[in-house]
Amino acid sequence: MELISILLDWFPYLLRGIGVTFGLVLSSLGLGVIIGLPMALGQVYGSRLVRVPIGIYVWFFRGLPILVLLFLFYFGIFPGLGFDLSAFVVGAVVLGLRGAAYQSQIFRGAIQSVGEGQMVAAQSLGMDRLCAVRSIILPQSMRIALPGWSNEYPNILTDSAVCYAIGVAELLTRASQIVAQTYVTMPIYLAAAGIFILMNYGGMKVLHMIERKIAIPGFGSGAM
Amino acid sequence: MHTDEYILKVEDIHKAFGANEVLRGVSFEVKKGETLVFIGSSGTGKSTLLRCINQLTPPDRGRVWLHGEEVTNSGKRINYFRQRIGMVFQNFFLFDHLTALKNVEVALIRVKGMSKEEAREKALAELRQVGMEDWAGHYPAELSGGQAQRVSIARALAMDPDVILFDEPTSALDPELTREVLEVMRTLAQQGMTMLVVTHEMGFACNVANRILFMEHGVIAEQGAPGVLLNDPQYSRVKNFIGQFLEYNGD
Repeated sequence: MELISILLDWFPYLLRGIGVTFGLVLSSLGLGVIIGLPMALGQVYGSRLVRVPIGIYVWFFRGLPILVLLFLFYFGIFPGLGFDLSAFVVGAVVLGLRGAAYQSQIFRGAIQSVGEGQMVAAQSLGMDRLCAVRSIILPQSMRIALPGWSNEYPNILTDSAVCYAIGVAELLTRASQIVAQTYVTMPIYLAAAGIFILMNYGGMKVLHMIERKIAIPGFGSGAM
Repeated sequence: MHTDEYILKVEDIHKAFGANEVLRGVSFEVKKGETLVFIGSSGTGKSTLLRCINQLTPPDRGRVWLHGEEVTNSGKRINYFRQRIGMVFQNFFLFDHLTALKNVEVALIRVKGMSKEEAREKALAELRQVGMEDWAGHYPAELSGGQAQRVSIARALAMDPDVILFDEPTSALDPELTREVLEVMRTLAQQGMTMLVVTHEMGFACNVANRILFMEHGVIAEQGAPGVLLNDPQYSRVKNFIGQFLEYNGD
């Protein structure tokens, strides 16, 4: 009975970690699109001058363990530049910058998989390249990219727990704090694990719903 | 006005891909309402020639004029000329994520700046013209090759071009589907559309063309009205070439 009352007492505190974890995930997916998509376009259509720096960026953020990135930015780069940022902001930014590196490569592959004829046909109608990319290439490549991009969601969700290391008050951090206070170990970590799994399940459900909603007969992942 | 006589003028076009000289000085002129058919063996530069006209493949040398305005070296204005020069491709190149209707609409909205209602009405009218109005809501993957090609013709027509380039429009189709596409093209020709057609359909060339241009090794080897080419012994090469096809087809 004592265990149940401890769980009930601390559960709201744990639940508030959902918002924090979700914030980290959204930042990574959001920055992934906002930064990653232009990078992908730059890699496909840009000159060498554009492609080389993007290549270095991707190589850097994919080449280092997240923990190294977090420490580098939290203890080194941001303080060095005079920014006094909260652990959450640093965690969100680092996951976002890293997400952009990974997601840019999903988008790049999708853009490159759109047939050359689509651009040629668009240009033959008098569209400039920018217009063709916006109205023809992107609507197609985004549909092609969506399954791979959705797949990033569980990766990022599980990766986000590493922000524990810089003290972001996300699910794992809160679970550990509760364990330290109450000496109740398994039930608390199991509760945290259960929440991760539910978030994973719910998020994938939503993403699959979007995939179905924008599917086009005979096109992309919906083909055959 | 001498320049007004011809709507399209092609002057001394050269194009090489590496060491391979595909076009070695091609010149011709097109009057409004004419249908020119380009024939010749594969690899003689017919398709490249069409792509040089709307600069999808920029020529190495030579010039193209539309209504007396230079299309070559026109910088950003090339997008204006491409609206005026329609193109139909061997593999249709319909936009795979758009319905037949939207395929025809999209450039009207994005390039010509039409309102959605206006574009829709125009697109439906063009689909009707090619007999595809009932398929307006279908996606390219749901259409037969012949239907897809007719939609792509409607897409080109919707821009109200001065001339349409047909790059082997039936080469990817079986004979039955070929016929439905050629029927549409014949009607267009009769309605006075100016057309440049690269094809191996000799029946179409002989019956619909005002002029046949026979290409060999990157130049126009012989040209003239079908009746003249087929009957005048001076044009033996083109006659032999056409003859092979007709024999093979059993026509």
